[in-house]
Amino acid sequence: MLQEGHFAVTAEIGPPRSCNTEFVRRKGSLVQGYADAFNVTDNQTAIARMSSIAAAAILQQEGLEPVVQMTCRDRNRIGLQSDILGAAALGLTNILCLTGDHQSFGNHPEAKNVFDLDSIQLIHTARMMRDEGRFICGDEIKVRPQLFIGCVANPFADPFPFRVVRLKKKIEAGAQFVQTQCVLEMDRFRRFMEMVCAEGLHEKTAILAGVMPIKSARMARYMQKNVAGMMVSDQLCERLEKAEDVPKEAINIVVEQINQIREIPGVRGIHIMAVAWEEMVPEIVRRAGLYPRP
Amino acid sequence: MIIGELKPLNEIAAKVQGYKRILVAGCGGCVTVCQTGGAAQAETLARLLALTLDEPKTTVEWISPTRQCEWEFIEPLREQVQNFDVVLSIACGVGVQAVAELLAGFPVLPGLNTTFMGMPVQPGQFEERCQACGDCILDLTAGICPVARCSKSLLNGPCGGSQNGKCEISPDTPCAWQLIYERLELMGKLENLEKLVLPRDWSRSRDGGPRRMVREDLSLDDEE
Ligand code: SF4
Repeated sequence: MLQEGHFAVTAEIGPPRSCNTEFVRRKGSLVQGYADAFNVTDNQTAIARMSSIAAAAILQQEGLEPVVQMTCRDRNRIGLQSDILGAAALGLTNILCLTGDHQSFGNHPEAKNVFDLDSIQLIHTARMMRDEGRFICGDEIKVRPQLFIGCVANPFADPFPFRVVRLKKKIEAGAQFVQTQCVLEMDRFRRFMEMVCAEGLHEKTAILAGVMPIKSARMARYMQKNVAGMMVSDQLCERLEKAEDVPKEAINIVVEQINQIREIPGVRGIHIMAVAWEEMVPEIVRRAGLYPRP
Repeated sequence: MIIGELKPLNEIAAKVQGYKRILVAGCGGCVTVCQTGGAAQAETLARLLALTLDEPKTTVEWISPTRQCEWEFIEPLREQVQNFDVVLSIACGVGVQAVAELLAGFPVLPGLNTTFMGMPVQPGQFEERCQACGDCILDLTAGICPVARCSKSLLNGPCGGSQNGKCEISPDTPCAWQLIYERLELMGKLENLEKLVLPRDWSRSRDGGPRRMVREDLSLDDEE
């Protein structure tokens, strides 16, 4: 999709906090056909859930194209490399490498964390396994995993000038596609993309801008004040506060954002994070004029 | 220095329950500096325990060797414990283990939680600085340790949770990488952050198992 130059659409599916395969299938069927690939989150916000590889395998059986998210919080380099091989063996070759939220956010704050590797080192490792057929230790991999390697970028974190440097490092390490933190403050994102384009990074990787429909004004204000690494514009909060039909307004906002993002040079697609609101994905994609998918 | 915090009194009291003659052992080293396990705290703890333990005829006394982590300073304990049933050490974990080894078989209980290696950044406020990872990189990070001070021990710069100078885990925790960034900027060395730092060798850290250092020049050589 990206190679053919289409404006890509990806969406996110969170596995359940149980081994309910039906749940995964149901979530998949809600969004099937409305995006080109579907990120399957890895114990997101440090809450124990069905593994991303297992949920991705179920979605793949249903005909969806999954992107397996992998964080560095819960596995050391042995576990991560093993899971890369396992995922690839199941045909799950899209992987997205992240550092991972700190365990203090989740339901096991007493846990030990790992962070043997960081996200950049994980990208580097995946690329080495694929291109050089080697583990980190140098041992040979006879059948190499055919991976499509992705990363995330957060234009809203600090220090701002470092955000482009970090993205550059990720690309240098091997990231072929990038999904950004959700854009809820358009000016900052525009400035970020200007810096990205000035460095020519948009030509070396495919950048997908994250978008998120926000269900309520309260949630918007909460995210504005309390969620580390997020920026939410006042204008957006005010629009939700004034709206009569809030969910409808939330979708209007996302659709407008997508239209604005499509005008920004260097952006090759969008990534929709409709957390616990997956059923809205079809409407968003339709109204943004991105349906049917090519 | 090593920082430690006394365990809550009720927890300590529960540990020594049943012992009639208790010797509280402070330490004149690090925990004296952070005023949690020194002579003064040993004395106070001995008094509080005597009041707290309602067993009749419980005696609680205290001592405080210069340091609990060296044989020469704790050797006298062999004699001193003769009239006691238990030692409650409020040294760091190194001290507790040294005393337990010296008195092998005699009950030695910890009264203090060893928390970290750090320093008083201002009076009454202690912060972690080093994790003894065994492979110092402070030259690359402007003298600020990301292994000890970044919540995820990251090596390639601030993660996406860094905002307004704070770490994602709490608004009270400075982001170590923000501090590193600022100091590198001050030094005109921001390019340090552009280099890819590859997976590191953690085997020199705790992960490689308990560590030891041998210095031949300081060893006693019996063969000569
Ligand atoms: S916010 Fe800063 S200190 Fe906290 S985990 Fe991220 S880089 Fe480390």
